[in-house]
Amino acid sequence: MDLFSEYGSAILEAFLLTLRLAVFSGTFALLLGVVLAVFRVSPVPVLRWIGAAIVYTFRNTPLTLVMFFALFGLVYQLHIYGPPEEVTLSLSEQNFWMAVLALSVYTSTFVCEVLRSGINTVPLGQAEAARAVGLTFSQNLRLIVLPQALRSVLNPLASVIIAMIKNTTVAVTIGVVTATGVNEASGQMRTMMENEPNQIVLIFIIFSIGFMLMTLPVGFLAGWASKKFAVIR
Amino acid sequence: MKLKKIAAIAGALALAGSLAACGGSDDTGSDAGGDKIKIGIKFDQPGLGFKEADGDYSGFDVDMAEYIAEGLGYDDDQIQFVEAVSANRETFLKDGTVDMILATYSITDERKAEVDFAGPYYVAGQDLLVKADNTDITGPDSLNGKKLCSVTGSTPAQNIKDNYSKQAQLQEFDTYSKCVTALQGGQIDAMSTDDIILAGYAEQFPGEFKIVGAPFSEENYGVGLPKGSEDRDKINDLIEKSFEDGAWEEAFNDNLGESGYQLPEPPTVDRY
Repeated sequence: MDLFSEYGSAILEAFLLTLRLAVFSGTFALLLGVVLAVFRVSPVPVLRWIGAAIVYTFRNTPLTLVMFFALFGLVYQLHIYGPPEEVTLSLSEQNFWMAVLALSVYTSTFVCEVLRSGINTVPLGQAEAARAVGLTFSQNLRLIVLPQALRSVLNPLASVIIAMIKNTTVAVTIGVVTATGVNEASGQMRTMMENEPNQIVLIFIIFSIGFMLMTLPVGFLAGWASKKFAVIR
Repeated sequence: MKLKKIAAIAGALALAGSLAACGGSDDTGSDAGGDKIKIGIKFDQPGLGFKEADGDYSGFDVDMAEYIAEGLGYDDDQIQFVEAVSANRETFLKDGTVDMILATYSITDERKAEVDFAGPYYVAGQDLLVKADNTDITGPDSLNGKKLCSVTGSTPAQNIKDNYSKQAQLQEFDTYSKCVTALQGGQIDAMSTDDIILAGYAEQFPGEFKIVGAPFSEENYGVGLPKGSEDRDKINDLIEKSFEDGAWEEAFNDNLGESGYQLPEPPTVDRY
């Protein structure tokens, strides 16, 4: 139990950081995923190609590589924050937002594909009827197709979000820490395993419970919501 | 028809699998005979324990491991090196994956509860590596406002932030080589770990880096052994012998001689 007295506050801080990472990445991934899905079903070929290119690139690249590229490629080589001498952003903020970027883009491709399969569940007659009464493409998508598509894919969408929450652990490859230097959950776990090698089983249990506390509610919420908002046809 | 084809493929695979298993059991058979000694080293630490592109191993820990293994009566071709990353070291010793470990393994009381140690064969100290032309970083207390890199799960960086420079910013990576890349690019100002590990990187990129030379901790590198190992006294004797016959100094000079880092005095072996 002295594991808690020594590391309790650090574990809490670590999971709060992981949660922050998950909330930002999840929000951006859902928004970007909707945009990508719209691209992929749009009547404009160029948009369809762009959507497909992004999805095929990031969905088929390991997240570790995407994460690594965000820091070593974009920041270190391409200087997206400016040359190293002039960067005023703190390291913890810089790495946090790079992790959010990598996680959002990566996850958005899965969101996009889930949504696209949802769009396919909406009977063709609906879109045809909408067009017949004079709705434009964007009105059709916004008012008729997407609301129904979203409601039919709540459960698979929750799986994507759960996977994303667990994927936040990959952020350890670029060192995401709080301003006071506490790692996100997987880095904190490594730190504790290094310092307390004889308590590995307990440490493992603590961290898996921590992740389940974040992921289980997502699953339950989605199960409840998909019943409540089911499309009755 | 299709089913038959699948069955044939499955059969072929099973056969291949059993053949491969036969090949494997031959190897382990000779291991069990006590012919080989399996030594855990680092594979990714230049100058200490490093697996070269051609499959050879080099480094101070490797040379010391070979010296000790020879002293225990093993030939060169009976030594089998196994990669032991930091988090695996106790487990590997306990489950018999390795017979001993020389992998920048600091002797601590927590670890002593799990495994036995021979040595120390080297006393390292936490230090800082900076670019060769850097002049404003002189020690752990001159890092306020600077960016400091270390590996996740290690204590050095946190130690600096807690006890020396509270305004230091920490960058943690999963490997030291990422720190080196960031140091080369100017994204971080200093990296911290044991001086001999830093010396390995200074040796790898001659002239690019320098070690600040203000060690602020003491790490006793020991030979990790399974609890209750019978070879401990013998290995302690061998370590002392290596100090006297020059093998220890030679191992250092061969691997870290160009790093600009001076070899300290040999430590006293602790026969606890």
